[in-house]
Amino acid sequence: MTLSPWARWGLRAFMFLGLVFIYVPLLLVLVNSFNGDRTFAWPPHDFTTRWWSAAWNNSGARDALWTSIKAGLGATAIALILGTMVSFAVQRFKFFGRDTLSLLIILPIALPGIVTGIALDSAWRSVIEPLGLGKGLFSVIVGHATFCVVVVYNNVLARLRRTGTSLEDASADLGASPGQTFRYVTFPLIRSALLAGGLLAFALSFDEIIVTTFTAGPGITTLPIWIFNNLFRPNQAPVVNVVAAILIVLSVIPVWFAQRLAGPETTGSRT
Amino acid sequence: MSTPAIKLTELRKSFGAVEAVAGIDLEIADGEFFSMLGPSGSGKTTVLRMIAGFELPTGGTVELSGRDVTRLAPFERDVNTVFQDYALFPHMSVVENVEYGLKVRRVPRRERRERARSALSSVRLEGFESRKPSEMSGGQRQRVALARALVNRPKVLLLDEPLGALDLKLREQMQVELKQIQRDVGITFVFVTHDQDEALTMSDRVAVFDAGRIAQVGTPEAVYEQPATSFVAGFVGTSNLLIGSVAEALLGKKGTFSVRPEKISFAEAGIPGTVAEVIYAGPVTRYVVDLDAGARLTVVEQNQRTGTAALAELRGKPVHLTWLEEHVIEIPSSKENADAL
Repeated sequence: MTLSPWARWGLRAFMFLGLVFIYVPLLLVLVNSFNGDRTFAWPPHDFTTRWWSAAWNNSGARDALWTSIKAGLGATAIALILGTMVSFAVQRFKFFGRDTLSLLIILPIALPGIVTGIALDSAWRSVIEPLGLGKGLFSVIVGHATFCVVVVYNNVLARLRRTGTSLEDASADLGASPGQTFRYVTFPLIRSALLAGGLLAFALSFDEIIVTTFTAGPGITTLPIWIFNNLFRPNQAPVVNVVAAILIVLSVIPVWFAQRLAGPETTGSRT
Repeated sequence: MSTPAIKLTELRKSFGAVEAVAGIDLEIADGEFFSMLGPSGSGKTTVLRMIAGFELPTGGTVELSGRDVTRLAPFERDVNTVFQDYALFPHMSVVENVEYGLKVRRVPRRERRERARSALSSVRLEGFESRKPSEMSGGQRQRVALARALVNRPKVLLLDEPLGALDLKLREQMQVELKQIQRDVGITFVFVTHDQDEALTMSDRVAVFDAGRIAQVGTPEAVYEQPATSFVAGFVGTSNLLIGSVAEALLGKKGTFSVRPEKISFAEAGIPGTVAEVIYAGPVTRYVVDLDAGARLTVVEQNQRTGTAALAELRGKPVHLTWLEEHVIEIPSSKENADAL
């Protein structure tokens, strides 16, 4: 498509403005985490790592980080197993209700987090708690897994669609048992899709706040929740800034890797 | 006769309401180069996939060296396939691709490397061991696929239009090479193709497929010179059919007859007609002649003396055609006759 020079420059300017609008505030958070002034006077006139060590020594923040990592890993593990299984079922077999199943798997990512949260909360209270399993870290993991499954599912499904079954046919033809075919052919082919899906799932779980609020048991504080709780305490503000900066970095890295691994066919990011 | 390498009995396959293979009986001898020739959709690839085990027949049996394998999975059968798209594993190097069949059978590493190397050298690909398939040309990939299948020393090698993706020059070269390799290793080749030249050039025997059935099985010569049905006459070569009143007028007989284009020549006197089209094709020239009696025939003549300048002037001119009576092939017209062959 060819555009007139005016249109081209106009579109470039718009895109630049859009990106500025998204990323400059994030950059501010990062810069302010090194700002020596407690009230974040602008422009910053001295550089300090004081807040970073304060954050490191803040046991509440550290526990929250650890909780977030555990929740993220748990949700990612569930998502990897279930998402892969469903994508194989949908792609490789024909069965009654296949399209419905696909829709039901994708739906949680579109559902408002608050609805998912309320639903899980009441389900947990009225059904699971009476069975003896109270809310805790596990309920957070399950809550996150509901929407993490989707990203793994979408990544693996796209990969399976692209590679087809002829390589698996070839493997069987050369004498490989189904187990060997999976190990030597199928798994290496979907490995990068699994990694990309897993990283995205982890990133989604890591910055989740709404569903977490409704599913966390007493004493379970993830990093986003810790930030939210400390946001309005003036003397915690510099530390919150540091934690926010950590969150940015920890979310960007997996998404960046996931993009590079999955290539153009990636679908289903939540934001 | 010894046990055939492949024996198909009453083999059938339906996809929903579509009957892709409608009852096939066939025996392929040990060490034979056998081609399945037919247009796309005639069922030849489905038959191949049933021999390999990728499709389960709707009815009938597949026997390999006397053993019924109809219900066995592909990895339980002693056949290997060269796929149309080659299906090389993209994440493995060439030598890893070739040794794959040995690796999954737990052949020790040193032995399987050695065998993979010698298989690669038999298809003239020494020095390509560590390349990835994506770094090779179509013809080279085709050879890797061939080496990957041959290294397992299967009883039967199935080839699913393996030359389809190659350009003409390479295809002709590979036809000769495939035939040589088959003679060297001495295993049964079953070759699926829609290209009649390919089938005639390489095969010991050819089966011509028509709508899920075999219309004729025979040597290339028999299929070409004695087509069993008008479909075979038309699919293998140019048919030049003389039917009904035309046949009666020219030959004095009722029925369906065919005369191959290279068997017809121009003469001073003979069957009158008019040249409708002249097609110069390098070594030969094709003439399309409308007979006064009503049929349209193609005549092929070697370009031994003819110059191109003279050719164009022939268009629209009256000519006379002649052929030897022994070159007129009578084609059994009824379906029962065709099936009995």
